[in-house]
Amino acid sequence: MIATSTMLNGVLLGGLYALYGLGLSLTFGIMRTVNLAHGDIIVLATYLALITTQVLGLTPLMSLAVLVPVMFCIGYGLQRLILNRTLKDGMMPAVIITFGLSFVIQNGLLLGFSADRQVLRQGAIETMGVTLAPGVTIGVFPILTLAVLLVMIFALQAFMGRTLLGRAFRATSDDPATAELMGIDGKRIYGLAMGLSFAIIAVTGVVMGIRSNFSPFDGPARLIFAFEVIIIGGMGSIYGVLAGGLILGIAQTIGGAINPTFFQLAGHLVTLGILVVRPSGLFPETIERD
Amino acid sequence: MALLEVENLSAGYGLFQALRGISLAAEEGETLAIVGANGAGKTTLLRTICGALPAMTGRVSFDGTSIENSSAHQLARLGISMVPEGRKLFPSLTVEDNLIIGSYPKRKGFWTVERVYALFPELVKRRNNRGLDLSGGEQQMVAIGRALMANPRLLLMDEISLGLAPIVVNQIYKSLPEISGHGTSIVLVEQDLNRALSVSNHVYCLLEGHVELSGLSAQMDRQALIDAYFGANA
Repeated sequence: MIATSTMLNGVLLGGLYALYGLGLSLTFGIMRTVNLAHGDIIVLATYLALITTQVLGLTPLMSLAVLVPVMFCIGYGLQRLILNRTLKDGMMPAVIITFGLSFVIQNGLLLGFSADRQVLRQGAIETMGVTLAPGVTIGVFPILTLAVLLVMIFALQAFMGRTLLGRAFRATSDDPATAELMGIDGKRIYGLAMGLSFAIIAVTGVVMGIRSNFSPFDGPARLIFAFEVIIIGGMGSIYGVLAGGLILGIAQTIGGAINPTFFQLAGHLVTLGILVVRPSGLFPETIERD
Repeated sequence: MALLEVENLSAGYGLFQALRGISLAAEEGETLAIVGANGAGKTTLLRTICGALPAMTGRVSFDGTSIENSSAHQLARLGISMVPEGRKLFPSLTVEDNLIIGSYPKRKGFWTVERVYALFPELVKRRNNRGLDLSGGEQQMVAIGRALMANPRLLLMDEISLGLAPIVVNQIYKSLPEISGHGTSIVLVEQDLNRALSVSNHVYCLLEGHVELSGLSAQMDRQALIDAYFGANA
């Protein structure tokens, strides 16, 4: 029973980690640059949700109706106005800019909200549980998290596979110069990809804020989990994000069941192990550029 | 007025000037062949026309509009499509997705996925393969089909016979009259003089970045063209 319970909780925790990784995987897959502020932007989205719930009196989940479009615009603007200016100089400027952005967000949030831990209140659903068998109880909200993740993964996969814009995303990922010859404006595609990533981050931030309390400095730890998810799953692969999240979540809960201090260490060890055995992850999708 | 007019065009890479004052013109529906030795500037010329490379000096006009400062994605929407050297299929896309992505400029016209398959029937059984699983000839057909999907007014083709068996090259060249028959002008870079002359209305021979010789293909003196190709009079 304990084993079943541990596995189930690992899977459900993995759903949250996969959410962390999804937005990062999307931008890395298309732009081939790493957004080092990814974790802090998740936390920023959580604080924006906090403001929205306080000002408009919405529940956190309802605040997504405002937050998703706002975050899309912030992401699109960040890419078009700042990051796109550095494209011709390789990936390093974007890494340095997002590294700096990470500090700006952390300290901006500290100024605005203090270091006190906050929480998003969704109500009874936060603590509701289902007992599947004696000794095996799982939370309703973690199940909802996993469901949201699956819907977003299938929607993203369908968008990439079946729409003209999705094909343009993949063509730009493969070969941006040739994509330009097809009439594809790479800078616009990059802007849309970052916007889409930020929209996913909006959902991630709200889910995170409902599940646990948060403070301005929680971003870097989220970034590490997101990295581990895409390292395990394979760069640029959408289904790989699901696999990576589940493996990381299960590894952590098994580690934690053995000894509570092994919780995070177990996840890091599994990630390192997969890096050694399969350096490009389980389902690498991104094709090496010339 | 010609569909494409290039006047005194210079372009290059960094300090290296590959084109030195090129002028040429292509009428609507015409096929132009550009010949010349390696390094003569043929590919640079096509890349500059399609906006992939900025012009240093000179003018390029398309249907009366100056385009030398336009980017490649803008020109694709105006109706200039490119079949790049080396085919450059998108490796993670299937054959059919490679064709579909060609329709991104959303230009209406004759060419559709089904009509490209009718032009190159061997692609039908390959439609769900990834681009790089194909033979070189099949890849070239996909690259041409992908460019046609934009229903271009001007089709630029860079060395479409490169590295292919003669029998495959014959097959691909057979498709050109059908392509221009639907109103598309073609500018073709080709190393093989006989092929270039047989398929084109006009031929331009480049040498070290300038036009060494040009004229109607049907009236071209072959020996003069060979001399121009190798720079015998330079």
